[in-house]
Amino acid sequence: MNAPIRSSEGAVAAARTQGRFSRYVHGAHADGRLVVQPRMGFADLATMREGLLGVRGADATATGTITLDSYTRVNDHDSARQALRTGAELNGFPLVAHGPDATRQLLDSVSGPVSASGGRDFPVQVRHGSALPYPLFEAMVAAGVDATEGGPVSYCLPYSRAPISAAVKAWAQCCELIAAQPDPMHLESFGGCMLGQLCPPSLLVALSVLEGLFFREHGLSDISLSYAQQTHPGQDLEAIAALRRLAGERLAEADWHVVLYTFMGVFPRTPVGSFRILEESVRLAVRSGSERLIVKTPAEAHRIPTIAENVDALEFAASIARDEAGRGAEVAPTESGVYEEARLLVDSTLELAPTVGEALIRAFERGHLDVPYCLHQDNANKSRAYVDPAGMLQWAEAGRMPLRVERGASRRPVSAKGLLTMLGFNEQRFDREQLTNGHLRGLQYPGRTARRGLS
Amino acid sequence: MSQVMLPAKRFVVSSVSSDAHMWNLVFLQLLLEEQGAHVTNLGACVPDDLIIEECRRSRPDALVISTVNGHGHLDGLRLIRRIREEPDLADLRVVIGGKLGVRGAENIVFAEELALSGYDAVFEADGGIENFQEFLGTLDAPAERPALASSGVAA
Ligand code: B12
Repeated sequence: MNAPIRSSEGAVAAARTQGRFSRYVHGAHADGRLVVQPRMGFADLATMREGLLGVRGADATATGTITLDSYTRVNDHDSARQALRTGAELNGFPLVAHGPDATRQLLDSVSGPVSASGGRDFPVQVRHGSALPYPLFEAMVAAGVDATEGGPVSYCLPYSRAPISAAVKAWAQCCELIAAQPDPMHLESFGGCMLGQLCPPSLLVALSVLEGLFFREHGLSDISLSYAQQTHPGQDLEAIAALRRLAGERLAEADWHVVLYTFMGVFPRTPVGSFRILEESVRLAVRSGSERLIVKTPAEAHRIPTIAENVDALEFAASIARDEAGRGAEVAPTESGVYEEARLLVDSTLELAPTVGEALIRAFERGHLDVPYCLHQDNANKSRAYVDPAGMLQWAEAGRMPLRVERGASRRPVSAKGLLTMLGFNEQRFDREQLTNGHLRGLQYPGRTARRGLS
Repeated sequence: MSQVMLPAKRFVVSSVSSDAHMWNLVFLQLLLEEQGAHVTNLGACVPDDLIIEECRRSRPDALVISTVNGHGHLDGLRLIRRIREEPDLADLRVVIGGKLGVRGAENIVFAEELALSGYDAVFEADGGIENFQEFLGTLDAPAERPALASSGVAA
């Protein structure tokens, strides 16, 4: 492998000294408990605090989440400040506008100071979606945040119009900033999600590993790799096994774990459908040996979830995780070559340049990596995916990626209606019951009735 | 979805400055192209200036704004006020649709202000597609503003 990795001595030492976030995750995993985590963010400090305390009090092994608003994500901190002044409703917590002092107080009031042994009994992660996040990283470091997420590709292509080269530069600086701290915060790659849907598993696995290598290249050894539930439980099981194998081979000197996301695409609209897809993701997490799961709620298809909806989803997930831990293997992984394809994408990308960052820039430049349907100007947007009759996510077009794609009916260009049908695959799969079965009609859709938890 | 438009209409499809969601944009582009239209898709997180520049350059039959992240009631309002301040864009047909706030079904409360501020039609969430098709049929008639009375705000 040709990517330069930091001096292995430092890395090995770092792998032994776990950060405060990973320490919590590994501790739970050793006890056979799945760590569950919400996607939760509210604009004002009081509601955010109430939300974090709600998660902390949940009957689950949970870490907290602060999800940031979209103005902060695109560095439009003035608009975030103005919204705080006027009380206009935001879709998350504007961390930079609130400032590091207020954020530190918030964190200390919910998770307590870091203990003498270096741990936290309720670590909190900031989830943001920012391509050029240096100002945010400065604020997070000053506030003592335990963990965050992102990456130069996964937070650029789906979230911005910043050139990948600018994102690579910014993320290198951010990694180096946190690596220079005495107790660096944990960093999770969002590479396993990309646009949330219709991105085949091999590319998700490859991007997660490539971003992990990028984090290593810039001095971090306390990281996690992600994968998002797709359309087929067996294929997802194969994909997570591929991710673990590849990470084991390529990131042996880092302290890594795997985080699974409950489906990130068009979500079932009914409460029953929502809990069923969540249940499937919990079982997948446990079966695949994933250490952490980020859940979704029945509000997903409609609006930002309330605190209560988040807590319910966490407790439901924890109870399913306990149930699954006591069962034998019921789903077999498919054998569709995810590992081989992901490894090929990783290796051939790394051959393009002497550093991981430069290799990522070149790979997207020439369409060697290509995220289906992604409109970002640095993405070739020649590749296409489809859901096959068995429910597996497959390549329809490889574009210029070095993949072999079987020719077939899948190559017809998709219509607007066809696109909605593919995007709605999971929605239909899980909503069917409630939409057809009379005995469930008493339940109401959340979007129509409940108000969200903002005061 | 079978309506045919002759001669080919031209549309600019765009998100707003803080919104990164793309599937809505991909969908709208396909929907319009299937009806024979020519579409310039500006993509996600588009600054107001870029939208204005593109409309000035290409003089589309309509600008179609789509946003679902919940900031549409803020970004969409700022954008339309800016557009209507430009004398040469005062006549431009502009519509907005998606999830316009973070209130779920109650996002409809934002529709009136958006329409009064200069949008020719406002479409909230999935219910909007049929009304949008109807709107497309009215493109050759002069715009009526404010739009609420005529072009049906979709819930
Ligand atoms: C995929 C997804 C993502 C992906 C997007 C990838 C990408 N770049 O495209 C990722 C993971 C990156 C993402 C990020 C975020 N997301 Co998001 N996302 C979704 C999700 C799951 C599916 C959206 C989708 O693909 N829909 C498919 C398209 C075809 O449908 P659509 O967008 O609904 O559009 C339809 C209609 O609304 C309508 N329509 C839309 N626009 C227009 C315009 C006109 C003119 C007309 C007529 C009609 C129309 O037509 C379409 C077809 O029916 C939705 C929830 C859901 N629906 O299940 C949340 C959702 C939209 N996201 C949400 C949020 C808040 C975010 C984040 C801020 C993170 C967060 N706090 O959770 C960030 C935003 C970053 C930013 N800067 O904007 C919220 C919005 C909340 C609200 N409005 O109340 C939702 C509803 C989830 C939730 N319940 O919290 N997201």
